[in-house]
Formats: sequence, C-alpha cells, structure tokens
Amino acid sequence: MTELSCQEIVELVTDYIEDAMPAGERRRFEHHLSYCPGCVTYVEQIRATIRATGAIPRKETLSPALREGLIAQFRLWQRDG
Amino acid sequence: MLYTDETALVVALRDGDERAFVAVVEAYGPAMRRVARMFARSDAVADEVVQEAWLGALRGLDRFEGRAALKTWLFRIVANIARTQAGREARSLPFSALERETESREPVLPPDRFQGPDGRYPGGWISFPTPWSNEPEAALLSAETRALIEATIAALPTGQRLVITLRDVEGWDANEVCSVLELSETNQRVLLHRARAKVRAAIETYATKEDS
Repeated sequence: MTELSCQEIVELVTDYIEDAMPAGERRRFEHHLSYCPGCVTYVEQIRATIRATGAIPRKETLSPALREGLIAQFRLWQRDG
Repeated sequence: MLYTDETALVVALRDGDERAFVAVVEAYGPAMRRVARMFARSDAVADEVVQEAWLGALRGLDRFEGRAALKTWLFRIVANIARTQAGREARSLPFSALERETESREPVLPPDRFQGPDGRYPGGWISFPTPWSNEPEAALLSAETRALIEATIAALPTGQRLVITLRDVEGWDANEVCSVLELSETNQRVLLHRARAKVRAAIETYATKEDS
C-alpha cells in the first residue's frame, strides 16, 4: 500500500469529508491519520472551520417593503394572469 | 408550512390562493433574498431579483412538473435572473466562469509548509499545524472570528464564494448546489475545497497571531 504524504492529505481532505473517495483511498487516508498528529490537527481544523462557518447568523426575515411588494405583485398576477 | 406536501402547495398557488403564496414566501423568501444578494451588487438589486424571480415562478407554475423539488426550482430561477441582471450591468457572470475557476491546480497550502523530495519524509509537514486553542469552539464562535470568516468569504473568487456560502452558511447539500449553480459534482467539490482551505488559513493566521 503506497502511503499518502501529508501534502496529499491536505489536498484530499474535502473528498474525505464529503465521502467522495474510493474505498481503497479512504483506507490509505485513515491509515495516514492513524500515525500523523499533524494531519489529524489539519482535518480537525477543517471540520472546526465548517462548524464556525455554519454558525454565521443569517437574516431570517424579509424587509416589510419587499414582503408587501411580493404580495402586491401576487394580487396583480392573480387578477391579470 | 400549512400544506402537507409540495404538490398541494403548487396546486393552491396555481389556483391563486394568497395564503399558499404567503406560506411559500415565508418558507423560502428569506433564503431567496440571501441568495439573490450573493449575486447582486446592492440590496436594491437583490430585492428586484427576488421580485422578478417570484413573477417568473408564478408565470412558470404551469410548467413546474414536480420533478425537481420546489426549493431547487425556485432557486434556479433566482440564480438565472440574478445572472441576467448582473449581465445587464456589464458585470456578467456566466456559470462557465465558475467552471473555469476550477482549472487551476494550485495547492491550497504553500509548498514550503512541506518537506521537499530530498527531505526525510517527502511531502511531510515541516512543522505540524498548531492546534488553535484549548477551547476551540468558544474562540471560533466569537464575534471577531465570525467577522474574519465573513470577510474572508467575501474576498473569495465568485465560484468559491457562492459554493461555500450555499454549502456551509446556508447548509445546502452538494446536489442542490450543483443543480442551482450548474456545476458538476467534481467542480463543486474543487471550489468548496479551495474555499474551506482559505477560511481555515485565515483562522490559522489569526489564531497564531493571538497566541504570540
């Protein structure tokens, strides 16, 4: 089994997390993690990055003007088709 | 939502049921507005895109066959109108440009982080990445980190910015992003890979500076 290098791990991390890897490559990836604390840190930091990005708040409401505008538009469409 | 399934909702919309319309605007409107804003140059333009998208959706309801999810169908309309709008402003954004962004094969970390071919472990770390903190979650969720992530995403090339925002901020799955942005699965993943690596690198720079 050819070993993956740390540099290769860094380039493959998204395929790994996204579960888009052939089984053999996945085994080589996980084998590398079993002995390389640097890559374990890197993979964990990518996961932490995803969690932190997911915590960015999103604006969950429409402005009243846009909401009213959409309803007015709906009424016109309803009337005129 | 009031309606048990999308088919019932679409039927009610076709019948001109205003309550159905309000329900669907409340369910998808805020996200449509956020997606429109990702493409548009200003809040005003994003509002116009949303208006136009709903008009397009209402007029196209008869053609909606339920093969795609209503959500995906609506967001494809938003994306198409937003692109046309951007084109009108001579700020054209053909989706083929997003594919082109995936062509470069630049590594996501500088090669000098790794040992060369003559090193003891070719391609191995010269020094391991430094763990961020003993309480990584608390630090990562701070207002400063959030602002840093937002600024980093805002500065990404368009394709990377759209993909990481839809995947990691909006929480869409890969298929939805591929469908709305007209990307192949591979290219979607390449853009996501670059974008996440850059956000990680920005946090790393910031976390390392804090510690020293």
